[in-house]
Amino acid sequence: MADLAKNEPAAEATPNVSDVDVVADPTKDEAIAAITAPVERGEPILQVRNLVKHFPLTQGILFKKQIGAVKAVDGISFDLYQGETLGIVGESGCGKSTVAKLLMTLETATSGEVFYKGTDITKLSGRALKAVRRNIQMVFQDPYTSLNPRMTVGDIIGEPFEIHPEVAPKGDRRRRVQELLDVVGLNPEYINRYPHQFSGGQRQRIGIARGLALNPEIIVCDEPVSALDVSVQAQVVNLMEKLQDEFNLSYLFIAHDLSIVRHISDRVGVMYLGKMAEIGSDEQIYDHPTHPYTQALLSAVPVPDPASREGRERIILTGDVPSPANPPSGCRFRTRCWKAEERCATEEPLLAVPQRFTGKDTPAAHESACHFAEEKDVVHAA
Amino acid sequence: MPDPQQPGLPDDKSAISAAGAGAATDMAMSEGISLEGQDPQGGGPDTKPRSLWSDAWRDLRRNPVFLISSLIILFLVVISIWPSLIASGNPLSCDLAKSQQGSQPGHPFGFNQQGCDVYTRTVYGARTSVAVGVLATLGVAVLGSVLGGLAGFFGGVWDAILSRVTDMFFAIPVVLGGLVLLSVVTSTTIWPVIGFMVLLGWPQISRIARGSVITAKQNDYVQAARALGASNTRMLLRHITPNAVAPVIVVATIALGTYIALEATLSFLGVGLRPPTVSWGIDISDASANVRNAPHMLLWPAGALAITVLAFIMLGDAVRDALDPKLR
Repeated sequence: MADLAKNEPAAEATPNVSDVDVVADPTKDEAIAAITAPVERGEPILQVRNLVKHFPLTQGILFKKQIGAVKAVDGISFDLYQGETLGIVGESGCGKSTVAKLLMTLETATSGEVFYKGTDITKLSGRALKAVRRNIQMVFQDPYTSLNPRMTVGDIIGEPFEIHPEVAPKGDRRRRVQELLDVVGLNPEYINRYPHQFSGGQRQRIGIARGLALNPEIIVCDEPVSALDVSVQAQVVNLMEKLQDEFNLSYLFIAHDLSIVRHISDRVGVMYLGKMAEIGSDEQIYDHPTHPYTQALLSAVPVPDPASREGRERIILTGDVPSPANPPSGCRFRTRCWKAEERCATEEPLLAVPQRFTGKDTPAAHESACHFAEEKDVVHAA
Repeated sequence: MPDPQQPGLPDDKSAISAAGAGAATDMAMSEGISLEGQDPQGGGPDTKPRSLWSDAWRDLRRNPVFLISSLIILFLVVISIWPSLIASGNPLSCDLAKSQQGSQPGHPFGFNQQGCDVYTRTVYGARTSVAVGVLATLGVAVLGSVLGGLAGFFGGVWDAILSRVTDMFFAIPVVLGGLVLLSVVTSTTIWPVIGFMVLLGWPQISRIARGSVITAKQNDYVQAARALGASNTRMLLRHITPNAVAPVIVVATIALGTYIALEATLSFLGVGLRPPTVSWGIDISDASANVRNAPHMLLWPAGALAITVLAFIMLGDAVRDALDPKLR
């Protein structure tokens, strides 16, 4: 999948990754026709452009006055290709989960667009939005709150069919639910059990089965394994990989565990304080990172081999993540960056292939939002 | 049970030929059950679709607390409709000569201050007391949980306004409010009293419903339903209501007892129900003046009131437990 990233038009001084083939001002029926059209493997299926979400900070009880905004997501652009897994990593509070909610239209974007097959889903409503929701599903982080404790497993996995009755006829639904249970590795006879009778890993499988029910094309996974034990994490991630091949799914995989993301992703995006810091294939990001933040993150990944651990450089960042309500000027990372200069405070680095790598056939030639991007192998350094 | 000869059942022929008839049937049965797991038409006992409500009902039918309390309530409802079934006398025919007399043949509960038969009055009083209690609770629960639930779910301006309105209602003292509002009413029916209770009672339920709806709507499963494309109605009915209704049930069943007691208080103050209406509240307040001379006048209607309230609280408790699958 690494070749996909290289096919992109490179080195424009704009954060736009590529041009979007927009379905302009669609009527409901046109939008639904565009949404239901198939997409070739390797073509972009979801294109996010300058997505912004600001949560207003208000004061007052009855008459609310806005006194500021938390800039949770502040201008993010990326593409998700059909059949690939795009990993999004970043520390707590960098806006990963908000991106997931925006893609699911569970939150309203402040500005920017999310194009699903050329249709901007942030402006859809009613029937067309429902058609999009059929094709984009989500797996949640916490398997203990994402399943209704008062519904049986059969009702939970069967609910998608009740909301979209055209997917499965009424008499067929129970069989479909049992098939789904089987697909995610649970006993189909558990259909009448309640969520509390399952372990965390089993519950996450139920959540995945619910996500699969409508045969979606994209599954947004918001930290799907971070609430599970390490041994169970592997089972669930491997299940998700198996399902991706079986059902030809595209994953947007959000996590803070770099090892898991490397294991499952074809491409990886690194977020910092509401912005994309660096994006590229997993080889480009993990073995040839050019953004200082990525390098610092990777240098913190635990290494199981004591001998190589001794020799490698640990980049220890000083200070805390600045408040997203009041982010630094220029480059967001400059307050903690060892390379920061005058220019970083005044000029915001754009997400693009750095000038020095432009046109060169090197794995370092991928998009990185840094004025002083430079390759540094922190994982293998000895 | 599916036909054991149906195709797709592996080995059934060999099983029949190899073993005796009984063993073959056993074999076919066990095969049949595992097959039903794949077959919605099979309809065996373990694979029938089950839901929260059908499971709750199965659970309730086996719960002795539910059975006892619903028997008591059923009995109360029956004697409210046909009091003459168990009391042949007239609650309004009184003989002052028998004032405060104790139990005697034909009059097991004795006589009250006015010389009326306490047994007959207790039986006839059930109608008004149960009607006031149940109707006031229903009104309060429906109005309060609908207003509070919608305010909690949708939030925004209406939520802010509703919260301030409930604050204002909490500031009204119940007895004073009753004296002011009910003294201008001339009707002798039970409706003004019920209306007053609903008017002052809904803010309490509304606050509880609002709080538990806000808690429930923040759960990921509500987000998951929204992500599936569920309508607001579906989210409210399938996901939020079952998870938010427990505190409302508890508070409403406890409130039912206090409404029957409040009816007694208001009647005592002369603004509630008025004679010739027969109610436990009126009898309790009449009897309370002479409780040391003739305690039986107080004990029978008060005992009936206590059992009624207990029955409703036990019913509420059993329903709440049955709606929580974790307690099964």
